[in-house]
Amino acid sequence: MSNQSSVEILTEWDIVAARQLGRNVAKELGFGTVDQARITTAISELARNIYLYAGQGRIEIQRLTENGVKGILIIAADNGPGIPDIRKVMEDGFSTSGGLGAGLPGVKRLMDDFRIETILGEGTDIRATKWLR
Amino acid sequence: MNFRIPILKLRDTLIVSIQWELDDQTAIQFQEDLLNKLHETSARGVVIDLTSVDFIDSFIAKVLGDVISMSSLMGARVVITGIQPAVAITLIELGIRLEDVMTALDLENGLDKLQLELEA
Repeated sequence: MSNQSSVEILTEWDIVAARQLGRNVAKELGFGTVDQARITTAISELARNIYLYAGQGRIEIQRLTENGVKGILIIAADNGPGIPDIRKVMEDGFSTSGGLGAGLPGVKRLMDDFRIETILGEGTDIRATKWLR
Repeated sequence: MNFRIPILKLRDTLIVSIQWELDDQTAIQFQEDLLNKLHETSARGVVIDLTSVDFIDSFIAKVLGDVISMSSLMGARVVITGIQPAVAITLIELGIRLEDVMTALDLENGLDKLQLELEA
């Protein structure tokens, strides 16, 4: 079963809409307050990255069930410039926006699984999952 | 449409309780409003209570950190109170350190701490 919903990220208000959607889904799935905060924060960071670096894109929230375990998948996709050096952006403390955005390593720590695919000039697709324990 | 966070004055202290989800505009407006209020009232201390805040992302953390530095430039001390366990955990996991920030468990402790600081 995979039930999905998404928010287009065009303005900073859409960042709020995306994290509210994510928090509601996390709550419905039965995540506790700490995991709800992790998921909400991760979505907020990913949505802000789209807004800052790609200009526009989409946050998609999917409900997952795998071997009877429930989870939430956040997909952050954009058709922006792509990331030239993934290794560099995955280093702690690296940010090109002058300190705004704790960056992707933080999001990776907040979630259980984190995958990133990026093609220069075509865009970036980030998938982060949290499983319900 | 622009929502503003109320700022209360109690003797020489400003008290702010953030009880809504902060969007970018509201957060930036709050920064300006707080500094203007400090200027108008000559308050020496500020307590920002986050009891009702259930998550803080890097943007809100930056706005908070900046407003603390800005208040300090104007000669006022800021105490952050009521950070929820979930917020403390996610902030650290995210990699955000609010260093040199005075904090207290709740509003009451925060006011006490501020008073001691201002008397020192």
